[in-house]
Amino acid sequence: MATEPDKSAGAQKDSQQGYVYLPLIAGWLVPGAGHFLLRKWGRGALLAASILGMFAIGLAMQGKLYAGAHDMLDLLGLAGDLGNGLLYIVSRVLGLGADQVQVTTADYGTKFIVVAGLLNVIAAVDAHNLRTGRKA
Amino acid sequence: MFRPSHFAAVVLFALFASVVFGITQRETPRRMIRYGIYCFALFVGSAILVSWVMFLIAR
Repeated sequence: MATEPDKSAGAQKDSQQGYVYLPLIAGWLVPGAGHFLLRKWGRGALLAASILGMFAIGLAMQGKLYAGAHDMLDLLGLAGDLGNGLLYIVSRVLGLGADQVQVTTADYGTKFIVVAGLLNVIAAVDAHNLRTGRKA
Repeated sequence: MFRPSHFAAVVLFALFASVVFGITQRETPRRMIRYGIYCFALFVGSAILVSWVMFLIAR
């Protein structure tokens, strides 16, 4: 008869199978997906809610989505935005976000979007660390 | 268009960032919660402190 720790160990083993970088890539493309793949449902849900919430509030504040790198600051902003993965790509395709920042709130919104991307990268790396066993 | 006050924007930013920091930088749920609260307090507290410093400088 299987005991509770045995079940947990089995589930853990199942989640450890497959391509080692899958949680990293999935977590980057979709916030929280890396943790979901590793069956860390609670952590994944909280990460997804936080990153999606920050990105959505940034867009609602008329934040700008960086489209190109005209100077160094734009390049850094674009790198941050790209951290959002599919959120960034879909938003660009749908034409969301302001073209130019005209009010203070929009400037905050731009920063919200960039930071959401950076937080998503941290979350994706955390999923990778869980996958490789570097973190429990 | 969503137009939060400056303080509301700080609180929202601190909330979301603290959740991610708490989950990713600590290993056990108890320590995650404690670290998240710590980060949130530091974010909001430092924003209030810097605001008062700027207010006093501007006078």
